[in-house]
Amino acid sequence: MIGVVLTRAWLGLVLLFLIAPLLVVVPLSFSSGEVLTLPMPGFSLRWYEDFFTSGRWLVATRNSFVVGLHTAAFATLLGTLAAFGMFLWGRVPRLPAGLLSLPLVVPSVIAGVAMYFAFALVGLTNTLAGLILAHTVLALPYVVVTVLASLQGFDRTQLRAATSLGAPFPVVLRRVVLPQIAPAVAAGGLFAFATSFDELIVALFIAGPEQFTLPRQMLAGLREFLSPTITAAAVLLTLVSLLLLALHQAVWGRKGH
Amino acid sequence: MTRTKALAVALMAPAVVVVILVLVVPLLVGFATAVRDPELRVALPRTAELLRAWDGRGVPEEPVFAALAQEVRAAEGAQALGALSRRLNFERSGMRGLLLRTARAELVAPYSMALPAVDARWGEPATWTMLRRASLGVTPLYLLRSVDLDVAADGSVVAQPEEEAVFVKLFRRTLVIALEVTITTLLVAYPAAYAMARLPGAWARLATVLVLVPFWVSIMVRTTAWFILLQREGPVNALLLALQVVDHPLQLIFTRVAVILAMVHVLLPFAILPMLGVMKRIDPRLARASASLGATQWQHFLRVYLPLSLPGVGAGGLMIFMLAMGFYITPALVGGTGDQMVSTFITEYTTATLNWGMAAALAVLLLAMTAAVVGLAVLLVPRLRARTA
Repeated sequence: MIGVVLTRAWLGLVLLFLIAPLLVVVPLSFSSGEVLTLPMPGFSLRWYEDFFTSGRWLVATRNSFVVGLHTAAFATLLGTLAAFGMFLWGRVPRLPAGLLSLPLVVPSVIAGVAMYFAFALVGLTNTLAGLILAHTVLALPYVVVTVLASLQGFDRTQLRAATSLGAPFPVVLRRVVLPQIAPAVAAGGLFAFATSFDELIVALFIAGPEQFTLPRQMLAGLREFLSPTITAAAVLLTLVSLLLLALHQAVWGRKGH
Repeated sequence: MTRTKALAVALMAPAVVVVILVLVVPLLVGFATAVRDPELRVALPRTAELLRAWDGRGVPEEPVFAALAQEVRAAEGAQALGALSRRLNFERSGMRGLLLRTARAELVAPYSMALPAVDARWGEPATWTMLRRASLGVTPLYLLRSVDLDVAADGSVVAQPEEEAVFVKLFRRTLVIALEVTITTLLVAYPAAYAMARLPGAWARLATVLVLVPFWVSIMVRTTAWFILLQREGPVNALLLALQVVDHPLQLIFTRVAVILAMVHVLLPFAILPMLGVMKRIDPRLARASASLGATQWQHFLRVYLPLSLPGVGAGGLMIFMLAMGFYITPALVGGTGDQMVSTFITEYTTATLNWGMAAALAVLLLAMTAAVVGLAVLLVPRLRARTA
């Protein structure tokens, strides 16, 4: 009994440790002071105003959404097809499964520097297209894993039934398979968007100042001039992440993990 | 191959091709960059060709001097010569100045007399053997420097002088930080996951969401939070002062403790979630079985529950270790100069000093070291093998 109390108390502390640092930034973002210290001199919205009127932050916001949406679209399409291919193969085939999980195990600094060297050869550094390609690969494993998990409950005989009734394969995929795995596809797409939206390290190598995403602009802000605008950016970014998490929980929640 | 299998391959192909083109090929390019040595061949092609034909004894004949003098002169101010000076200056300092002075000098034949007159180093065999090595197209120099070794004038491998030997220490520090972070994270996570696994429904879901929140929030946001929290005038010091735990603000930011704290914060969900997954599958009736056989709760935990939950610990531990070895942004922002990991140097060499060879060599060694530790762990702990196979 004492064990239960102790471990629950510990869990409470751990959850506090996980969440509290994210909350501390919130009051600071409403500070009227120039310096990031407590106690705050007063309340103001000036850092949010700065965020929404400064060219750099607006460009970064636009880049983040452009890259995130394209990444989500490509990763979801490629990942869903690949997961269904693995399902059709029968036992999950080793080589493609290994290759598709590679982005999870290669440290992102190493992936970033390697992509930087290779992309430089073909002119993809300092382009949004390069960043989208890189993020698509980083997000692919999550889509594959999620869709593959939901295919575990898919009854194969439906495929034969649909084909015997004369449906060509693309129609089977769209009308029979997709509706049944739609929550997983949506969850994979949301996670792919979040992966790209939050990603910093590869962007650090691939993106020039014109392609700065929000996390990259935050790093520049923190390093160069420590403007409290980064706290407003941090709060806004956290809100987007929470929204994505809520949507993800709604479509996939209890089935996941 | 049946039609279904062909279809399966066709569906997997696009994703696999994209991963190969965007990740596998770049990794191979990266490995190649660690040993490629193109600068001399690009900047001074004829000299490079003549140097390769030379037997490497003493100083070369007049034609090599002539080719070098003319090509350096013609390349003055060109990007290729800049790249070559960087490359040679990296192998031996002072080479940039030598090339610059030579490029600007008015020279007349015979060049084997004129060049040493500009700078005595052109009369030394060591200068020419170094140029000859640089003409081969591949070099072990970057990999050697990454482990604090160097190529001596006669081509033999020697240890770097004490004050230049920084990389072995850097790799050791990276490994130590990664291990400290992995162990701390697992120790913090285990009791938390244990408690979560036996929370009633709604509470369990709430706790899971709270663990997932930091998992979904950008690492940049989380690191910024720590950066602000740990400032001298930041919230943590303000709290400690208010509670009168300390009477003057502590130096928290730019310390090892800050690095470990922030890294554990980022990595905790990677430990808690797999542990939770495994613990939820442990049959609660086992506890009653143990009790009926006369085991105390503590014995049950040590001999039944703990062994059954270890696969979750192993899976989480491996993931955390791999991620920790490659951490960049957290040590870079909240650590001091003595807390930087290999990634900081990889980034520095790539984006600031433009020494791609060193960046690639360090990346190759970091990947090899990570793979070696993970491989060793999987070999030594049979449970991990079953899990990862």
